[in-house]
Amino acid sequence: MNLQEYFSLVFSDYTLRTITLGTAILGAVTGMLGSFAVLRKQSLLGDAISHAALPGIALAFLITGAKDTNTLLIGALVSGLIGTFWIRGIVTKTHLKSDTALGLILSLFFGFGMLLLTFIQKQPNANQAGLDKYLFGQAATLVESDVWLMAIITGICLLVMLLFWKEFKLLLFDPDYTKTLGFNTKFIDVLITSFIVLAIVLGLQTVGVVLMSAMLLAPAAAARQWTNSLGKMVFLASIFGAFSGVFGTAISASQDNLSTGPVIVIVASVFVVFSFVFSPGRGLLFRQIRFIKNRRDLEFQKTLAFMYHIAETHEDISHPHTIKILNNFQGFTRKTLQKLVDKNYVTLDGTMWSLTEEGFETAANLYNQNIKKHE
Amino acid sequence: MSSAQFEIQLIASLVAIACAIPGTFLVLRKMAMISDAISHSILPGLVVGFFITQDLNSPLLILLAALTGVITVILVERIQKTGLVKEDTAIGLVFPALFSIGVIMIAKNANDIHLDVDAVLLGELAFAPFDRLTVGGTDIGPKSLWIIGIILLVTIGLLIAFFKELKLSTFDAGLSASLGFSPVIIHYGLMTMASITTVGAFDAVGAILVVTLMIAPAACAYLLTTDLKKMLGLAVFFGIFGAISGYWVAHWLDASIAGSIATMLGVVFFLVYLFAPSKGLIAVMYREKRQRIEVLLLTFLLHLKNHSEVEERHVNHLNEHINWQKVKSKTVLDLALKNNMILIDNKIVSLTEKGDEFTSQAIDYIITNEDAQIEDMKKHFFLFRG
Repeated sequence: MNLQEYFSLVFSDYTLRTITLGTAILGAVTGMLGSFAVLRKQSLLGDAISHAALPGIALAFLITGAKDTNTLLIGALVSGLIGTFWIRGIVTKTHLKSDTALGLILSLFFGFGMLLLTFIQKQPNANQAGLDKYLFGQAATLVESDVWLMAIITGICLLVMLLFWKEFKLLLFDPDYTKTLGFNTKFIDVLITSFIVLAIVLGLQTVGVVLMSAMLLAPAAAARQWTNSLGKMVFLASIFGAFSGVFGTAISASQDNLSTGPVIVIVASVFVVFSFVFSPGRGLLFRQIRFIKNRRDLEFQKTLAFMYHIAETHEDISHPHTIKILNNFQGFTRKTLQKLVDKNYVTLDGTMWSLTEEGFETAANLYNQNIKKHE
Repeated sequence: MSSAQFEIQLIASLVAIACAIPGTFLVLRKMAMISDAISHSILPGLVVGFFITQDLNSPLLILLAALTGVITVILVERIQKTGLVKEDTAIGLVFPALFSIGVIMIAKNANDIHLDVDAVLLGELAFAPFDRLTVGGTDIGPKSLWIIGIILLVTIGLLIAFFKELKLSTFDAGLSASLGFSPVIIHYGLMTMASITTVGAFDAVGAILVVTLMIAPAACAYLLTTDLKKMLGLAVFFGIFGAISGYWVAHWLDASIAGSIATMLGVVFFLVYLFAPSKGLIAVMYREKRQRIEVLLLTFLLHLKNHSEVEERHVNHLNEHINWQKVKSKTVLDLALKNNMILIDNKIVSLTEKGDEFTSQAIDYIITNEDAQIEDMKKHFFLFRG
């Protein structure tokens, strides 16, 4: 199937429609909540939580014996939350730093999860196969009820976010001020973190524990480059996330042997790289262009100032001088001279230049901000 | 215990030691998550290396994969330097992307590569003794034992040779630079070593559990000591303990050895986290509670000192004025009485000479902003702590 076929089939084919819708919703909700994770400097929390969810999935299966997605996800949610709050406990109560706490919980929980998974595999129970799809995720296993679950949870997230928008925003940028205003910062904090955990758990079936953190980070990091407003960033991150989901699904469906999770992550990474380079405000390309432009402006001004200091010593400001004396001066290039002529600050006559009245005036006031303002 | 069992435990212990040494420095340098990033992003390096060498145990493959690890570190630093995102976001962006590339490369060439993503992530120690190294027809032990043994020897050699430099640049990068030891070279040296260890260990314990072996023993050790040499020793000890006890748990449960090692390390960490003297959770909470009561006591004494009038020091008035709960005020009063700092005579509370002296000194320290001195002073005055 090629990409065109995919897009013509996406509305009619049940499986394709379900998967595409699922990944799109997933991308949107992770992008939305990921914005908060990125701005709260909790980027790697997503990685830790997604790994920490694994033992929960295995334990839920061991206890209930059911392979029902919802039961397993509740297990994942519980163990993800335990992991999150243990990380918090380690950071606040001991002198271990957050990176150690994250890496520790991530690997310990994941190891325990692997122990349980291998233990389950040895059990005489025909039902156990397929648990390891949570490692890398299998978008193909999404069914309509999963998509409904995602949609409902996304709706709840959106509702809560709109309800607590002011509090979230305040806590994000000034936690101390939030506290002095009398908000229950602990509650808001726990609320945001819990929703981040929820979003991660939601994505485990599709993207898997290993790559889930990228789903959380990449759309938000890309969106951050385009705007300085939280509202716009959350909105953009959702869009980027949703598009990563759709494009990723499209590409993986149109090729053989491509699992959806990694492709979605690659698409999201492409969004990030594009944003890093091409965003107008912060992007590397425009930053470089601005840098070059500033340097040119500086050279231009320096040349003008240099000419002004020569002309100053003569009674007639338009007294012609030879271009050669400019060569002693580093800022001078043929280009800056041409620019000066274009702006009518300087007139050229063969190898001689002379400052015009206008050029003299500008040069005299070049560093004098007050006069410029009056003009 | 059969020789295969012994070999597995030996390999696991060597991997644990080889990981614990760089892990200690990563934890101290607040770069623990870098090891997680490296362990994931070596995957594309492994795949490319496998294309070239067709042998999972060849030294070239290990070098190529380790190179990917170093590239990850450089990439993270580059992205961070642009100032567009914070360091943790940079880490979180780079390694999933590289890992995805690796997964896709494996999926696209599934027929040519006998490399399973699960195997890379999880490893299988149980099979390690079956892949033997033969030289001139004689069997000289499992291949992975040799690989990890060589890596361990190099690590120990480098550790001894550059111990001073490592220590200095870890705790005071500025001083180390001004003394002429380039922190950059040491940084990348450490990163290279961590990458090589990760690659060397991955087929024994898997990429993610390399992270456990790097971070968990070092974190446990860090909670127990603040001396670098002791910390290294303890980390190595915890690593070996986790490796061997983990093996037997796996044997008993018939489950993944790597998973059991991680679980055992988790249990060890949990115990250390709770019970570590002076830095464990219980010790910290006990200390916090004691300090809270002692601060209350000081507040109470200050109040008494400020009011010489009898009516201000009447028990009823104090109850009303300070407005503490019954239990709280009882604890504080008991503590003060036990330490001979107050006298209660006819429902009038007054400071004793000792209480007066204690309070004056405490005020002095608070005014001059030398709060740290109060702790020493408490040792001098208190017969019983809060």
